[in-house]
Amino acid sequence: MVLGAIHHFHEERRIRLLNRYIFPAIGFIIFLLIWEVIPILEPSARALLPVPSQLPHAFLGEVKSGIWLICVAESLSHYIVGLIIGILFGIGVGILTGMYKSLEAALAWVIRTMRPIPGLAWIPFAILWFGVEQGAAIFIIAIGVFWIVFFAAQAAVRNVDRELIEVAKAFGFTSGREKLVKVLFPASLTGILVGVRTALGQAWMAVVAAELFGVAGLGQRMNQAASLLATDIVVVYMLTMAALYGLVDTGFLLLQSRILSWKA
Amino acid sequence: MEGLNGADPVIEIKGLGLTYERDSSVTEILRNLDLNIVRGEFVAIVGPSGVGKSTLLRVLMGLAAPSSGEVTVHADQTCERAMALVFQDARLLPWRRVISNVSFGLEKTKLTKAERCQRALKVLRGVGLEDLAHRYPHQLSGGQRQRVALARALAVNPSIMLMDEPFSALDALTRQALQDELVRVWDVYKKTVLFVTHDIDEAVYLADRVVALGGKPGEVKASLSIDVSRPRERHDRALQAYAIRVKEELMAEAIAREDWVI
Repeated sequence: MVLGAIHHFHEERRIRLLNRYIFPAIGFIIFLLIWEVIPILEPSARALLPVPSQLPHAFLGEVKSGIWLICVAESLSHYIVGLIIGILFGIGVGILTGMYKSLEAALAWVIRTMRPIPGLAWIPFAILWFGVEQGAAIFIIAIGVFWIVFFAAQAAVRNVDRELIEVAKAFGFTSGREKLVKVLFPASLTGILVGVRTALGQAWMAVVAAELFGVAGLGQRMNQAASLLATDIVVVYMLTMAALYGLVDTGFLLLQSRILSWKA
Repeated sequence: MEGLNGADPVIEIKGLGLTYERDSSVTEILRNLDLNIVRGEFVAIVGPSGVGKSTLLRVLMGLAAPSSGEVTVHADQTCERAMALVFQDARLLPWRRVISNVSFGLEKTKLTKAERCQRALKVLRGVGLEDLAHRYPHQLSGGQRQRVALARALAVNPSIMLMDEPFSALDALTRQALQDELVRVWDVYKKTVLFVTHDIDEAVYLADRVVALGGKPGEVKASLSIDVSRPRERHDRALQAYAIRVKEELMAEAIAREDWVI
């Protein structure tokens, strides 16, 4: 019995290990191999599709010339500034409309009109107002982030347990500001952070889109490389974006688990 | 009212009525309710569900507005708040540790952070929970959570403690422990307590006076002083006799109502 249990325990650990590391690694290697082999089998694809073995060389070239770092810094700065602006406005307007029904009503049709407009549809105006400059990229990013965080914050505030608000009232915190600080904001933070996390991904799309229109950064560099058929460099930047997003998301999850450490 | 002549009233309720209007239907919860509470008195309010016991506390607390009548509260000037409410479910703020839940109400006062902490710890010690000061509510048992809620109310040093079926969600043993704890705390702090419950044995065991609400809309049907000296024995014959009397009052009232006869 005991031996059986121990055996079973080892078996379970082995399967966990396989599922967590071994199988994903095997799957990834197969993916790379297929990718590497396609241009060999189909010579016409050679100019259009770089193979994985080309990438380290292309990557090193970009890093050595310093372009890679400059592009990453440019894009990150658009990303972060746009994100912060979008998040602040989103939380602010979301909380206010969540708290005050009359404000929500006053903005209802404005929101209905503006909400369906895709963030990228603002690109013409972004360029008119800010030129093909940082400001344009930041504007586009902030708009996309704003809507996501706004809806998340509004819903989160509306869904705060009325009973907790009553606790605040019972202890004399009756003004809107007091209720916000003591209960509404801390109680809705979980929901707001869900919106922020969604916005993190959305904002990367906006970064690339804005930069494809010429604002300096990863997207612009990609576009340049593509026009020269330097497809390996295009892929280097695609993977760079994936890595940066992964990094940001992981960092956010760490931060979130610290902020919400009171949860089980 | 019994035994109030010349006494020092802390709450005077006169002709209190409350009606709710929702979707064009009008519900009368309380009608013409008179009740006086004396300083330092432990009053239990009993009655069937839906009779407006909790509503009465909510009116006193300012969480619901009466439709008619008057409520006068003569709070002690030395107390920081006139009243503090202990809810049926502890209603702790889940993102705050125990100690900061207890000091929550003190954030309305002029006390510094250090003073608030000190006070909260003292009250927590009073309910035997100082070891759990840095836990989060989800790490506590139901009984512990309700103790924290009690401490949170005591911390603001209220003139009157309002308690809304505070032990009804607890298991029998925990409930008894908390009842005894409450009596002990009441003895130390000398607060006026208004304790709503549907458990008549609990009411009789804890209170100086049991007020029975009945009817729809609710009004005071009986007020009975429990003349049993403290400390009390849970299975005291006299207490049991009182409990039977309260039950009879409530039953008589219920049977008198036509909707019950059918």
